[in-house]
Amino acid sequence: MSDLLKNIIRFTLFILIQVFVLFQVKPLHQFIVPYLYFLYILWLPFNTPRLALTFTGFVFGLTLDYFTKTPGLHAAACTLIAYVRPFLVSVLISQEGADQNYRSPSVTSMGLAPYATYVVILTLLHHTYLVFLEWMQFGSFWYFMGKVLGTTGVSLLLILVTEILFYRKQRFKTNTA
Amino acid sequence: MRNIFLFIRRYFNFIFFVLVQALSLTFLFRYNKFHEAAFMKVANEGTGWFNTKYDRVETYFNLKKTNEELANQNLILQNELKSNFFSPDSTSRLIKDTIPYDTLGHYRQYLWRSAKVVNNSIGLQNNYITLHRGELQGIKMDMGVVSATGIVGRVINVSENYAVVMSLLHRQSSVSAKIKKTGEVGTVQWDGESPSYVNMTNVPKSVSITKGDTIVTSQYSYLYPQGVMIGTVLEIVNDKASNFYTLRLKPATDFYKLEYVMVVENTQKDEQKKLEEAAKTNQ
Repeated sequence: MSDLLKNIIRFTLFILIQVFVLFQVKPLHQFIVPYLYFLYILWLPFNTPRLALTFTGFVFGLTLDYFTKTPGLHAAACTLIAYVRPFLVSVLISQEGADQNYRSPSVTSMGLAPYATYVVILTLLHHTYLVFLEWMQFGSFWYFMGKVLGTTGVSLLLILVTEILFYRKQRFKTNTA
Repeated sequence: MRNIFLFIRRYFNFIFFVLVQALSLTFLFRYNKFHEAAFMKVANEGTGWFNTKYDRVETYFNLKKTNEELANQNLILQNELKSNFFSPDSTSRLIKDTIPYDTLGHYRQYLWRSAKVVNNSIGLQNNYITLHRGELQGIKMDMGVVSATGIVGRVINVSENYAVVMSLLHRQSSVSAKIKKTGEVGTVQWDGESPSYVNMTNVPKSVSITKGDTIVTSQYSYLYPQGVMIGTVLEIVNDKASNFYTLRLKPATDFYKLEYVMVVENTQKDEQKKLEEAAKTNQ
């Protein structure tokens, strides 16, 4: 399956699962909102041009926004992590040329520790920005801190479960193939 | 000139990022003011289609409860029928009035329309409900939405076949309410903490109030007829620093399981608003 087709299917699935499964979960606490959708941006291939990456982030976030009727909120957070992603990848990648030899960021391509750092930083960044935008409209400082930490915790748990359930096999790309 | 082009080419990624970021923030902050964002009407039709598909499956799980609610509402309406009341006066007779306006000056002020809920969120800070009924079916902006048991919210955006409702569980929602027993008026708002509670503020401490008292919509609301149930008092918070109570209410509407709602149109709202505006500008 080509990368483009795969990512189009993923785009739809992540949005639908976020809207019709995760947002339908009964709220436990106001600090806990189960977010998983942004994993799509974390899984985009290494060779996506930076401009396309930012633009995909924007369109992806806006699509979710139209479902939650908050146009711009998720779009702003998604463009931010999509823009920061290439910097993080180039800093964290351990093997020489791994971003050319593998398709997309994963435990196999980046190694466990760098990939975990990559996920944690982007998740935290996404939620901080998202809650910050909410906080500008209402809420107190403790609301901000509590929600960032609570939501990040739940998101990391969900990402862990997803990574284990849908283990992405990645082959080493060689020039001979 | 060449340097400018070189600069733009060099930092094009960053410039693009800033532009897109600015665009989304404009969407966000404009929407909160006017509740109308770019492409929102078109997007409503699109997301509404998905929501309807999903709702077709989900409806079956709530059928039993919906039926019970409808049966209860029918019971209440049945009890209010004129034929239930005996009148010893031989000159009285039963007339069914179907004309909206008669020579005695009776006006129809409220018009009710039913609508199917196709999407509903409760877990966010700003919750919205999508109805499968829009402009073409007579829904307009700023109409009240009521369920079989209590108030739900107000219409803030309509497309051709769908309408978006700002739920009572929204940070910016605010409903004029009164205590049914004594008639004191206050404001009902949601603090975003839990979807099982809303707060009523500005209730003077002189009112004697007990747990379980009913709170209904007040006579000052543009959107709802007066006396529609909002909720019951769960807890009376006595803030020593102020002269007002804050009441924690249990909403009468079960927001977890909304299936069918009614949209209320106040046909005299525009006239009232216009007159009040004119009075303000005259001063």
